[in-house]
Amino acid sequence: MNINTQKLQTDILIIGGGTAGCYAALTIYENSPELNVLICEKAHIKRSGCLAAGVNALNAYIVEGRKPQDYVDYARKDADEIVRGDLLLTMSEKLNSVTEKLEKLGLVILKTENGKYVARGNRNLKINGENIKPILADAVGKLPNTKVINRINITDLALKNNKVIGAYGIGIENNIFYVIEAKAVLVATGGAAGLYKPNNPGFSRHKMWYPPFNTGAGFAMGIKAGAEMTTFEMRFIALRCKDTIAPTGTLAQGVGAKQVNSLGEVYEQKYGLTTSERVYGTVSENLAGRGPCYLKTEGITAEQDDSLIKAYLNMAPSQTLKWIESGKMPSQQNVEIEGTEPYIVGGHTASGYWVDTRRRTTVRGLYAAGDVSGGCPQKYVTGALAEGEIAASAIIDDIKNIDLENVDEHEETAYKTEAENFLTEKNTPFTAEQLEEAMQTVMDSYAGGIKTSYRFNEKQLEIADEKIKKLFILSEELYAKDLQELMYIYELRERLIVCRSVIAHLKARKETRWHSFAENLDYPKKSDDFKKYINSKFENGEIKIIYRDLIKEGEDFEHFNR
Amino acid sequence: MSILIDKNKCVGCGRCSLVCPGSLIKLDENKRAYIKYPKDCWGCTSCIKECKAYAINFFLGADIGGMGGRVHTEENGDILKWVIDSPESGISVINIDRKESNKY
Ligand SMILES: Cc1cc2nc3c(=O)[nH]c(=O)nc-3n(C[C@H](O)[C@H](O)[C@H](O)COP(=O)(O)OP(=O)(O)OC[C@H]3O[C@@H](n4cnc5c(N)ncnc54)[C@H](O)[C@@H]3O)c2cc1C
Ligand code: SF4
Ligand code: SF4
Repeated sequence: MNINTQKLQTDILIIGGGTAGCYAALTIYENSPELNVLICEKAHIKRSGCLAAGVNALNAYIVEGRKPQDYVDYARKDADEIVRGDLLLTMSEKLNSVTEKLEKLGLVILKTENGKYVARGNRNLKINGENIKPILADAVGKLPNTKVINRINITDLALKNNKVIGAYGIGIENNIFYVIEAKAVLVATGGAAGLYKPNNPGFSRHKMWYPPFNTGAGFAMGIKAGAEMTTFEMRFIALRCKDTIAPTGTLAQGVGAKQVNSLGEVYEQKYGLTTSERVYGTVSENLAGRGPCYLKTEGITAEQDDSLIKAYLNMAPSQTLKWIESGKMPSQQNVEIEGTEPYIVGGHTASGYWVDTRRRTTVRGLYAAGDVSGGCPQKYVTGALAEGEIAASAIIDDIKNIDLENVDEHEETAYKTEAENFLTEKNTPFTAEQLEEAMQTVMDSYAGGIKTSYRFNEKQLEIADEKIKKLFILSEELYAKDLQELMYIYELRERLIVCRSVIAHLKARKETRWHSFAENLDYPKKSDDFKKYINSKFENGEIKIIYRDLIKEGEDFEHFNR
Repeated sequence: MSILIDKNKCVGCGRCSLVCPGSLIKLDENKRAYIKYPKDCWGCTSCIKECKAYAINFFLGADIGGMGGRVHTEENGDILKWVIDSPESGISVINIDRKESNKY
């Protein structure tokens, strides 16, 4: 198959038209309507990324009587100190304004008779989030100077003199090699799923929590471009309803369901209530022979059943189907829970790009927001919007005196040739699918997957790294017979790159600060020596680890002197 | 989970194929939709909500305890009607008002 080159130029390129990407475009238009924005989206912005199925609540909001600093304190405690105070505070300060904006765009938020939002606990708002993505996409569609190209898989950043000046991508439904030149690039591709063997590796392998189509592209292109990354060792493992992998927060917070073991004992207090401790408790009860574990819903009212059935249809309809087709409502049967495979997602934990306070990465011209950006956990929907806004305003300030540059011809040819090579028929026993399964098996067995109850030791990590490196070499010989298969090859290679970073980070944190998320059997205790960020940079084919001191709120952290 | 597309109901509008976040649905030579990669379905139901011909249903795979029930939606203004047809429990209809927030 031949691919044709198409060159595009824009002031600002946004990679990924998801939550953060869409909001960045809205912010740019509001502040500088004359700027041209190009959003390149791998799927279609109407229903792409984390928001495709709908979400059940706004998990990050400063409710009446609370301050942004309270949110910072909460996130810091949950992550046991390893957070960026500056990022958390700047995000928290915007949570409420982005919420109001979302409501103006059409999101339904529950209000009291006198027009106040109804809080769920200390930080959440109740919404109907089923159509949150179409609402954002509609708003973006109305922006005069924003162009969206759907079904384009961005694969690499364009670099010149250590600066990002654009990106490369390949059409998924048309055989075009896109060369995009921009004054600034915002990466907003979300986190990475599919690195580890999923809960149900057979027919339902993609019935996972995090979107299986967010494959870590943004991490991988940054790593390849030499950007510094942070905290990849803080993996996110979700506690979910068994089989459907539907969220459990609605059961826990909505009807106050407690975690119980098979003996009916409430076990959550025993292990603690942080996000990682809740997973660890469930894992530990299972290991002690007291599994399976449940959320205790038996005994709730019929009215509560009814509300749960509806709430799940708005965000995880498979759970509703499960209740109905089994003929057992949650009031009649406790809901079994399990931990998922580990994900790398900067919107829940703190993995991602190492950014300055305004969300600039360490490579000039490149900015990051949302799940791809690090140091700022518990972002969720509103935090991703807030980061989209913060990054957009930095971009507007920074590009004032910047001109477009042409991409390097050698680089352009090299990336195009790489794609053409994959499209050239060859006699290889392997497919991207096979190597993906191999990668997931390696991560599962040697880098703390479900199989080992998320635990690992250094020897295992060394084996994992060896094997992942070999798989990357094997992936060079893959053959794609169409553009979709070509995308699968790129996705596999992105994941392999991210896996290597995860392994290196897990190895560098020689302590166990977060049970399950990073459970190092060689160092089962927490150590004050590791009250630090673990960062990394890819240099000459190797991952260099950098330890950095904690940054507090109030500091304005910058990478370079401007 | 994955989806089933009823070729006899499909009118070939292509909307399901457009929104699928995994680009998994294609149109065949007769312009009828089919899911090319059933194992890659995330189960987000985006395609189902787009289909005005009610040709798409989702089901739970047997590996995650599916018992043959299937679900589609019918849109009517702000009301999204979910129709669940299950061998055990028969047909259940649940109407959701998009202007109404979740209670939880
Ligand atoms: C199932 C689920 C339920 C959730 N529920 C809630 C909730 O109830 N409340 C809450 O507050 N938060 C919730 N969250 C968290 C929240 O949705 C996310 O943290 C947030 O939406 C992330 O935004 P993002 O912009 O970083 O990523 P996304 O919104 O996923 O956007 C990433 C975009 O990049 C695109 N992309 C990826 N790779 C490429 C590439 N190579 N080239 C081009 N485009 C690419 C993707 O297609 C996608 O559109 C939930 C998350 C999930 C997964
Ligand atoms: S949305 Fe429905 S009618 Fe349209 S192509 Fe898809 S299955 Fe066919
Ligand atoms: S349910 Fe979602 S992932 Fe599955 S085919 Fe439909 S749109 Fe695609």
